[in-house]
Amino acid sequence: MWFMTLRIALRALGRNKLRAFLTMLGIIIGVGAVIAMVAIGEGAKATIRSQIASLGTNVLIILPGFSTQGGVRTGSGGVNTLTDGDAKAIMQELPAVALASPTLRRNEQVVAGNLNWGTLTQGVAPELQQIRDWQIAQGRFIHDGDVDSAAKVALLGQTVVHQLFGNDDPIDAIIRIRNIPFRVVGVLGAKGQSSQGTDQDDTVMIPYSTMQKRLMRITHVHTIVVSAVSADRVPEAQDQITALLRQRHRIGPDRDDDFTIRNLSDIAAAASGSAQVMAVLLGSVASISLLVGGIGIMNIMLVSVTERTREIGIRMAVGARGRDIMLQFLVEALVMAATGGILGILLGVASSNILNQWAAWPTHISPDIVAIAFLFSGAVGIFFGFYPAKKAAALDPIEALRYE
Amino acid sequence: MSEVIRVEDLYKTYRMGDFEVPALRGINLRIEGGEFVAVMGSSGSGKSTFMNIIGCLDHPTSGKYFLESKEVGSLRPDEWAQIRNRRIGFVFQGFNLLARTTALENVELPLMYNGFTGKKRHERAVEVLSLVGLEARRDHTPTQLSGGQQQRVAIARALVNGPSLVLADEPTGNLDSTTSHEIMELFQRLNSEQNITIVLVTHESDIAEFASRRVVFRDGVVMSDEKTR
Repeated sequence: MWFMTLRIALRALGRNKLRAFLTMLGIIIGVGAVIAMVAIGEGAKATIRSQIASLGTNVLIILPGFSTQGGVRTGSGGVNTLTDGDAKAIMQELPAVALASPTLRRNEQVVAGNLNWGTLTQGVAPELQQIRDWQIAQGRFIHDGDVDSAAKVALLGQTVVHQLFGNDDPIDAIIRIRNIPFRVVGVLGAKGQSSQGTDQDDTVMIPYSTMQKRLMRITHVHTIVVSAVSADRVPEAQDQITALLRQRHRIGPDRDDDFTIRNLSDIAAAASGSAQVMAVLLGSVASISLLVGGIGIMNIMLVSVTERTREIGIRMAVGARGRDIMLQFLVEALVMAATGGILGILLGVASSNILNQWAAWPTHISPDIVAIAFLFSGAVGIFFGFYPAKKAAALDPIEALRYE
Repeated sequence: MSEVIRVEDLYKTYRMGDFEVPALRGINLRIEGGEFVAVMGSSGSGKSTFMNIIGCLDHPTSGKYFLESKEVGSLRPDEWAQIRNRRIGFVFQGFNLLARTTALENVELPLMYNGFTGKKRHERAVEVLSLVGLEARRDHTPTQLSGGQQQRVAIARALVNGPSLVLADEPTGNLDSTTSHEIMELFQRLNSEQNITIVLVTHESDIAEFASRRVVFRDGVVMSDEKTR
């Protein structure tokens, strides 16, 4: 009986294919949009999640100054309070801390031969390699001897190598920063884009002591990067660092910290969270177009019922009950919605693949969303088909047969 | 012969706003199985209202209607639908076939609502199409059939569930005189060979001649009721 009803419905829709298609269009676009939007959101989340993994979930960063967001600490020398001594103490004295590296950073022009390239120059300690999980593609990282002697050695990121040396081997080449010659001792492995969108391979690393003495002539450091013993001991490490620094900086109990400790995975999680919000928002907006598609179905079905009043009368005269008529029209609406759903899924998958290929946006189709979108379109079909179907079933056969 | 239709004291009044329009004013009538009855009367005489009631399309305001000795005047719409499906066949002036649907599928329609599937449905439909002489045209749609052929398909549809009663509302109204006579001869044949009770509304005397009994309505009552052969 179901099969027969389905056949009747398909036959009725087939009589006016163009109209059926135009009616379905709302659902097609709605479902397609939902799937594409959520795929974009999921792709963003997945990218961020993999970047959290590459950052290391047990990494902390210590910055000088107050913890107010973006606020600049003014007053008694707040910006210069971190030293490499602090970093050493943190690493050696605190049980929850594994490694610590002081860091400095400044954008510099790097010259090689007759080429130059502006890049982020970072002064680092050997520990940074492990803390930030930097691979070495060629040569070696900075080691303690380099730091002790403030050696003029450098590691280049992949982008810098490409810009200044092309396909040539940069090891043992001389580059100049502020006209000071540095010997290239290593090349960093590739890391790609950070979660903030910057190119992590566009960098040069030198010993922090060299940066302090020869490039900047300062004795403090910009930040201290710390890795905790394990991810779940991060809060503990944070507390220990706070206590130690307050003591080293002689901060009285009634005064605020002159530093800020940031948990890198918090930042990444926040970014992931906002990507999630974006995905949900986009998905909701797209769902609205699904509802509009449903209204389109209801509209056309109402017209269809009116047009087929005579036909309904004939069916009733030969024995169709109210529920037979209602079922017939409900199935028509459902078939339109379901077909629209399938086409919409195809459209959504195709769009997100196109975005992936051409715009290099990361996208990720989750089968859950596909199933939900399909079921939702079916529900829309039933819901919006219900009223017209009910109207059809409630027709009086005598009046219907008289209808011109 | 058992009775097919019996109405007792049938009244039907329509309410139009503040007005009450008495369409039937106390009809008492009995039709036996195998009869061929012509129902006549001018418009407003109540004959259409009468046909709607005995066709289980409308309920009487008061009075009783017995179809094959069962009281059906006050049944629910779903029960009526079943009666219309199995016990009554309709033939209309305008044929009322489904457009863009083949003759075979049109005839199959009542079978579908009776739960018949696939092969059985097909076979039964072909059987009644042969009865009206149109088996060869089973795959034609209404636009590919003449008026007379369409009406014959409609008659086949009316017979497909094996009803004991066929109600025809001006079945020859849209046909020329030759075709009209062909259709009426078909009705006669079905009546005499298959013993199907036929109640047929017409306003043409020569069409009414084909029947064996003539009932004339006027102003909501039966004015005359005579056997004509």
